Parts: sequence; structure tokens; C-alpha cells
Amino acid sequence: MIAELGLAALWLAAALAGLQLVAGSLGLTARGASLAAAVRPVAVMQGALGLLSFACLVYVFSVTDLSVKLIALNSHSMKPLVFKVAGSWGNHEGSMLLWVTVMGLAGGFMALVEKRLPERTMLATLAGQAFVSLGFYAFLLFASNPFERLSPAPAEGNGLNPLLQDLGLAFHPPTLYLGYVGLSIAFSFAIGAMVTREVGPAFAKAMRPWVLGAWIFLTIGITAGSYWAYYELGWGGWWFWDPVENASLMPWLAATALLHSAGVLAARNALRAWTVMLGVVAFSMSMIGTFLVRSGILTSVHAFAVDPQRGTFILVLLAIYIGGALTLFGLRASTVTEGERFAPISREGALVFNNVMLSAILGIVLFGTLYPLVAEAMGAKVSVGPPYFNPMGALFTVPMLVVLAVGPLLRWRRDSFSRVGRRLVLPGMLVLAGAMALLLMGGIALLPFLGLALSVGLAVATLLPLQNRNLRRTPLAVWGMVIAHFGVAVSLFGMSSESAFSVEKLVAARPGDVTQVGPWAVKLDAVEPVAGPNWTALEARLLVRYGDDGKVMRLQPQSRSFWAPPQQTSESALLTRWNGQLYAVLGGEAPGAKAAGLGRADSRWQLRLWWKPFAPLIWIGGLLIALGGLLALIGRVAADLRRIVAKDKIVYRRERQGR
Amino acid sequence: MAGVLKAKHQRLVLLSLALVVLLAAGLLAAWALRNQASYFYVPSEIIAAPPEPDRAVRLGGMVENGSLRTAADGVTIMFAVQDGKARVPVTFKGIVPSLFVEGSGVVAEGRMRADGTFIADNLLAKHDENYVPREMQDMTMEQAEKVVRETK
Repeated sequence: MIAELGLAALWLAAALAGLQLVAGSLGLTARGASLAAAVRPVAVMQGALGLLSFACLVYVFSVTDLSVKLIALNSHSMKPLVFKVAGSWGNHEGSMLLWVTVMGLAGGFMALVEKRLPERTMLATLAGQAFVSLGFYAFLLFASNPFERLSPAPAEGNGLNPLLQDLGLAFHPPTLYLGYVGLSIAFSFAIGAMVTREVGPAFAKAMRPWVLGAWIFLTIGITAGSYWAYYELGWGGWWFWDPVENASLMPWLAATALLHSAGVLAARNALRAWTVMLGVVAFSMSMIGTFLVRSGILTSVHAFAVDPQRGTFILVLLAIYIGGALTLFGLRASTVTEGERFAPISREGALVFNNVMLSAILGIVLFGTLYPLVAEAMGAKVSVGPPYFNPMGALFTVPMLVVLAVGPLLRWRRDSFSRVGRRLVLPGMLVLAGAMALLLMGGIALLPFLGLALSVGLAVATLLPLQNRNLRRTPLAVWGMVIAHFGVAVSLFGMSSESAFSVEKLVAARPGDVTQVGPWAVKLDAVEPVAGPNWTALEARLLVRYGDDGKVMRLQPQSRSFWAPPQQTSESALLTRWNGQLYAVLGGEAPGAKAAGLGRADSRWQLRLWWKPFAPLIWIGGLLIALGGLLALIGRVAADLRRIVAKDKIVYRRERQGR
Repeated sequence: MAGVLKAKHQRLVLLSLALVVLLAAGLLAAWALRNQASYFYVPSEIIAAPPEPDRAVRLGGMVENGSLRTAADGVTIMFAVQDGKARVPVTFKGIVPSLFVEGSGVVAEGRMRADGTFIADNLLAKHDENYVPREMQDMTMEQAEKVVRETK
């Protein structure tokens, strides 16, 4: 019953999206103007219905209604409740429903609160939003109905991929989706602005909070995803250049560029066409990412749906939306008038540099991600990994980071290096000193070397905009920028340190054996069986000590066996200190001991141990970047609110004075 | 400088600069991809035309029955990968995926040494229905059954 209610709500929401598109487009014409008033309420209602539909899905998952096919395939009555709920979006259909729900909610929210733009632009924007939603509603209803019934209902479900049975999953996909779909708003704004030819500072100011919001979620989602992969997969890495990771990185790169160019447009009325273009590109990247993941065309840990029909469906949607938006851009780009001018050495100049570099990195990642597809079409099977992505990405990242140190100090319009030069002496010296120290140390690969040397100077340079300012009166947006940029430096330091100084040990240890990993002494105390709600495991008790006289602490990595579906995962154990992280994974019993005629007490266990100096800074930096975004968002929204309140006050006073 | 440039010109200059950088990025990417993409081989191919020893490649096939041995250190394993036509000895140091067993499919990432041994940095075994290395998916369709029958 609840499943049918969800399906009905979904159909109604789709119908409302259609109405929103028609009313929004007709509202732009002279004869259909009366329809315009309907658009905002319809958008709000569409969001509410989407939410209702999604709530129904969560409900049927939480009670494990096995007569629904999706649940029989992906859930299990023995699962803990939190994973039952999280399981509702841990599969193809559910995640697509989450996608349209978030999209509907974002559209509804925008319809409720966005009052700054001319009404015509808003109509075009909401119509654009509805147009995009419609495609995804069609995809859900015709190609991946989440509420499909199964008759007869099976006695038990298939369970959820144990790798995904982790709290990280409960947060990772929804945050990413909020980001992906939030960018659809930027896309719709860009379409609305192009249709009504209203590309200017007002458009940038209206769009910026949405882009910021989406970007914050993307940042958190990517950071969380990276950490999840780090501790859950037990491979000790934090970024694998997996297609799905790239699928989340590409929209982030585009959104970062968009954020900066929207800043230029809002403040200086320059980079008009470029900003609109980026608005289109950012969401296109989200859709390409979704296509790559959902079509299963690139197989990876995340690709749980391998279905060519769905792939074709999404590919057609992609062609319609991206192709349509680019055509519109091509038609209207020439009518977007030229913005204000600026000198090459200026804040705008630095931001243009940032944008071009970000776009180049985006191109590099996109090429590398799609290349295996192209190669396979030509008959060669290839995979593209870190040997391509790392150096090619760094080629553009390093210059961008250098400019990041300088850019925020420059003035708008025109500036000279001689003015800011003196302030950059200290960071410059730090970079040089760092480089020398690292050279003396020796044995560090080029990329970590560059990263380490740059990061310290960069960290100092990013704080310089606060120099000579009254910190209490510094606007929140400036704080946000400084903290986000500082986060980049922190994260860079963590990444470089992890690559340069990690120590790895792989041993087969008998109980009682002590292994040295960097500064740690790790003693295997015992290996014992333990049991959880739907798994059994072997758990190693490791007694670890930092240095010669540190306190002895315990680490308990597990090797888990799930039975629904049958699969083994390794639960790594982490120990975090201020200067790094100890990472332990328990493998299996080392083969061969029995064959050699040794008893059980003598069996050896495979242990994989890492000491990763300053590794946690990678994710702390990521969170700082998101925090910076959040502060900027609060600052911007608060300023807007103050302006609205002030306007209302003026109106009120005028009324009272009888004017 | 900008004062001299007319508005139209600045736009043009910016546009062409951006295009040049993006084009350069594209060309660089194409060049690097040719050099850095790691190709997939099955044993008969890798023996017929071995890649250079410093080149990262992937080797896929069936783990030959009875070939799996563990070295004295307990963490280095040696086995042979075969496709029914040829066999390649593989050395791997690490924790093997749980579904890595003799007679099942595997994709090894690593390098082919000049002496004909494959040094694997990473092993991908068939995890579950939802996560199959792409090459192995085809392999199970085309060859696996035959290979399994032959090895049994």
C-alpha cells in the first residue's frame, strides 16, 4: 500500500513538473502571462510530492517489505535498522529517486525564497529546472521504478553489499547528491539568464549562494568518500582515480571555477559569457558522472547497476540536456555583451588564471576517465591510473596554487607586483627553506616534494588577507575565503606527507611477534573469533606503542565474513595521533603453516601495517574548505537578508508617512 | 595595457589564451594517455609480445590449479595464470582478496619482468556479481568455462 502511495506521488510530481515547464514557458509570452503565477506554487508542490515518494521508499525499506522487488534484491530483515534506511539509497533505483527528490526540493526551495531576480528570469529558470527534472522522472518511471512489486514475495532478501554496510554510506551518497543536484540550479539559472538575456551581476549574485551550497556538499561528499574508501577498503590509499571518484571530482572542479567566476561577475560585471558557460558545464559534469556510474559502463566498486538499457536512456538524456544547453549558449553567447575590462595583473586576472587552470584539470580528468571507453571501442582494453592522473594534474595544479598565494592580495581592476611583493617575501622564503630541507633529507619523489615545499608557504600566504585588518569587522565572506584557501594548503600538506613519508610493513606474524613500523612497535597479542548481527569475524588484538616509552594501546582490526550476500571484508583499525595515523589490516591465516606440520598455536597471521605521517590533514583540510564555503554562504545570505529587511523598513515608513 | 586594448580585444585575447591552454591540456592528455594507459593482456598475448619491463600492464586469466605456493615469509605468493594456451608465473606480495583461489579468475596489475615473471602490485579477484573487473567479465563469458574444464 505504502509502495503504491509512493509511486502515485512520483507520478503526480512528474505531472507537476510537466505543468511547471508548460506554465513557465507560456508565462514568458504575452498571452500566457496569467499562467506565470502558478509556477512557483507548482514547483513547491512538486518538491513536496517528491519528498513524500522518497519517504515511502524509506518506510518500505525500514519495515523490509519483501514484496517490493527493490527490497528483496537489496535488503535483508536481519540488517540493523540504520543500514536498512541507508540501503534505500544504496542501490540504483533508490539513488535515482533521491536524485529527483533533491532536485524537486531544491527547485521548490528556490521558488519559495528567490526574489531578487526579474520575474521573467525566474520563470525561465524554473521552467528549465522542470525540463531537467522531467527527464529524470521519465527515467525513474519507465526504466527504473523503485516501487515495482514482486509476486510471490520471497522469504528473505538478498542483502546489501557488505562493503556498503557502513555508516559512511549513510552520509556519503546523499551529500554528493545534494551537491550534484544543487548544480542543476546553477544550470537552470544559466538557462534562464540566457533565455531572457539577463546576464549580469544580479544573476551572479542570485546564483552564487546556490552554487556555494552545492559546492559545500560536494566538498564534504568527496572528503567523506575519500575517507570512507581509506578505512573501509583496507588498501591504505585515499584516492584511487576510480571513475566514480572522478565523477564526483569533475563537477567539483567545474563548480569551484564557477564559484570564482561568479564572484568576478557579481563584483565587477566581467566574465559574463564564461560564467554562463561554466554554469552549463558544472551540471553537465554531474550528469556525465551519473551516466558513468549508473550505466555501469565503467565497472568499479560503486557500479551496482550494470544495465545497458539504462545507460542508453541516460545517454539520450545527456545528449538532450547538454546538447540543448550548449546550442542555446552558442545562439545567445554573441548577444551577451562584453563586461568590464581589467588589467592582466589584478584580482580578475588571477581569477581568470584559476578558472583556466581548473578547466584544464577538468579536461585532464575527463579525458583520462573516458579514454578506456574510447580505447575499448577501438578494440584495446586499457585502464588509466595514477601514472597518468598525478603528473598531468600536478602540471596545472602547481601553477594554480602559486597564483592562489598571490591572487587574494591583489586589487580589483589593476595592481602591480611591486605593491604586493613585500608581503609575499615570508611565504616565498618558507617555500625555499622547505625545499632545501627536503633536498637535504633526500629520497622524496618530485610531486610530494613540490607539494610539501609549496604547502607551508601557501598556508602562510593564504592568511595574509587578514593582515592589517580589524578581525572583528572582517566580513564573513573574507573569513570564508581565507579558511577555504588555508584548507587547500592543509590538505596539500597531508597528501604530500602521506605520499612522501608513509611506511608500510607486510608481515606474517605469530602471536607474540613484534613488528616495527616507523616509530611504532606493533605486537600481535592474539587472534580471536567475534560475531556481529549479520557477520562473523576474526579479530586481531594488537598492542602498539609509539616510540620507546609510549603508552601501550590496543588496535583491533577484523577480517569479517558476511553471509547475506556471502562476502569477506576487512575492517581496518586506525589509531590517530597529532602527527599521523597508524593503520592496521588483518589478512588471513598465512598459508603453509599447516602444510609444514606446525600446530595451531604456531599459525601465522598476515598483517598489513602503515604509519602515515599527517595523513588526517588530508580530510581536515577538506573539511576546512567546506567550512570556508559555509562561512561565505552565511555571510552572503545574512547580507542579503539585511538588505531585504532594510528595504521593507523603508517601504513601511513610507506607507506610514502616507506617501 | 588594458587601457590601450579595446573591450572587444580584451575579450578576444582572454578567449584565445583560454583556448590555447585548454588545447595544450588536451594534447598533453592525449600524449600522456598513449604512454601511461595500462593495457590488458591474457597470458598468450603477453608471451607473444611482452611489454617493456617498466610499463604498467594488467594480466588476466585463470589461476592454474596446483600452482599456488607461499614463500617462507608468509606474505609472498607465487602462482601461474593461464588462458588455456599459455601460462605466466606471477609473484605477489600482500594480502590476497578473499575470493582469490586456484581455478578462479584473476586480474593482476603490475609489470612483466624480462625473465618472464609477472610482478603483481595488486590482485583483483571476482568479488561478487556486482564488482567484476571489466576484463574478467568478458573472460568469464568467453573462455572461463572452457579454461576451468581444462584445468580441472
